[in-house]
Amino acid sequence: MSTVEQDFVHEPLGPRLRHQIATIARHAEDKRAACIDALKLVQKRFRFVSDVHLAEVAALLEMTPAELDGVATFYNLIFRRPVGRHVILLCDSVACWVMGGAAACAHLCERLSVKPGETTEDGRFTLLPIVCLGHCDHAPAMMVDEDLYGDLDAARLDDILRRFR
Amino acid sequence: MIETPLTATIQPDGKPLDVTGYERVGGYQAMRKALNMTPEAIIGEIKSSRLRGRGGAGFQTGRKWEAVPKRDEPPFLRYLIVNADEMEPGSFKDRLLLEKTPHQLIEGVIIGAFAIQAALAYIFVRGEYVLALERLAHAVVEAQARGYVGRDILGSGFSLTIHVHASGGRYICGEASALFSALEGRRAIPRARPPRSAVSGLWGKPSVVNNVETLCCVPPIIERGANWYLGLSHSVDGGTKLYGVSGRVKRPGLWELPFGTPLNEILFEHAGGMRAGYECRAVLPGGASTAFIVPENFDVRMDFASVQKIGSSLGTGNIVVLDQRRCPIGLLRNLEHFFAQESCGWCTPCRDGLPWVERILTAIEAGEGKAEDLELLIHHVSFLGPGCTFCDLAPGAMAPLGSGLKHFRSEFERHINEKACPWHDTKDAWT
Repeated sequence: MSTVEQDFVHEPLGPRLRHQIATIARHAEDKRAACIDALKLVQKRFRFVSDVHLAEVAALLEMTPAELDGVATFYNLIFRRPVGRHVILLCDSVACWVMGGAAACAHLCERLSVKPGETTEDGRFTLLPIVCLGHCDHAPAMMVDEDLYGDLDAARLDDILRRFR
Repeated sequence: MIETPLTATIQPDGKPLDVTGYERVGGYQAMRKALNMTPEAIIGEIKSSRLRGRGGAGFQTGRKWEAVPKRDEPPFLRYLIVNADEMEPGSFKDRLLLEKTPHQLIEGVIIGAFAIQAALAYIFVRGEYVLALERLAHAVVEAQARGYVGRDILGSGFSLTIHVHASGGRYICGEASALFSALEGRRAIPRARPPRSAVSGLWGKPSVVNNVETLCCVPPIIERGANWYLGLSHSVDGGTKLYGVSGRVKRPGLWELPFGTPLNEILFEHAGGMRAGYECRAVLPGGASTAFIVPENFDVRMDFASVQKIGSSLGTGNIVVLDQRRCPIGLLRNLEHFFAQESCGWCTPCRDGLPWVERILTAIEAGEGKAEDLELLIHHVSFLGPGCTFCDLAPGAMAPLGSGLKHFRSEFERHINEKACPWHDTKDAWT
């Protein structure tokens, strides 16, 4: 298993997270309507949604694990496999493609020694292609975790990566 | 001087006005006026303004609202949903409004909800729009504290709760009926029509889905009237539009301009024309699901009817420019990859057809295409066109492909005859 597999994924959700999820579910029109929010909360704490956590959330929302997994795997921003400490979402849509998005991708792959979809050896970064980030006037664009970066070129990419060293 | 009701309150530093600042520039006056009108009068005003949906389809907003049961007709539970799931490749206009003028959107939501008598509104924002989500959530709290959102708004007897939902992320969520599935905590799969959403939408209740830019137009229309709004436009439809340009132009960006501003004015005046060393081959006028427009048609007015007349569609009005340094087949492959990936997989033509199209384009781009591949692609354009699939995703995907096969026929043939991509050297290039 790669280094990003952490011990705590086998920890239960814990009372605080369970309480948060239950609260959202209570305010939703029906319990399962809270499931995307719930999965995001789990992911915020554990970085991805493990099988154990998926089953626990499903039970809380009165869904079967299979039903919830069907939802979880549908959405681009819910991760069902371990990711690195920082997730790079690199836009691979048309405006970025015109502006050198493929070069940006090649550069990141070279610097991180990964292919798109993979996590670096040290578990620091996961590189994921993402659909248009709506930052087209500053293409090529990417996000690292929750921050948006535009006007990417080789020097700027290197500079951004250094901030996470 | 051109009036810009959508962007007038945006500050030079880009920071959104807080509720006090927004009120100081006249914010929430339209809401006060609307709460003293009847829902029918509001809908009448919006209809007269000829406001058409800014998300791409261009449906008359007033007519959409009117289709919801009247206020004394059951069911009494209805929903207003803001489609802030901006994921059409090449589109970045809603981000601007969400991040820089969240209170104008909220004011539009209150007026819209009152018009259809919805007690609950959802703002469905794509998950990647982190800053927009933060600013919206904050603005909703501020509006609540002022009594503009919540129980018995300003003593009108009308109550409204606004929820901000962060999407799990998938292009198809922007399709209104798929958006309902997403909000209900399901896979975002579109639903069959009829019934129309105005009759049975979210949780089977009457629902209206409006785009961000559409709702941001509502407060100025209510405040200053339909005639004023109509007068802003250069077209039969009312108002202004956030036009955008990306690609190798001198000044990529967004501009609020009269509805129906000509394409060449947007490209060459506002965006400054092409950068040195680049020529414009064609543009996608309104995102990935619009057909190419070639330079001989650049005098077209950017309104729904005019763009349709030349075989494309206005879409989001955010233009992507293809220059001569990029391979048109590569661009089509990029677009079809997007559509194949984002297909929800529900109906067979879309689920199987789009990956097939992507594979053919990948092969042609790599110099492995055969002459009969072109016939296959043409077949797909009609086989995946309007009426053959469950929703509009695949027909949208076929719009650039169909027009690309026409405008770039010789480039397709060169790839096949030369068994190589003539643009091979620029494939991974920064410039």
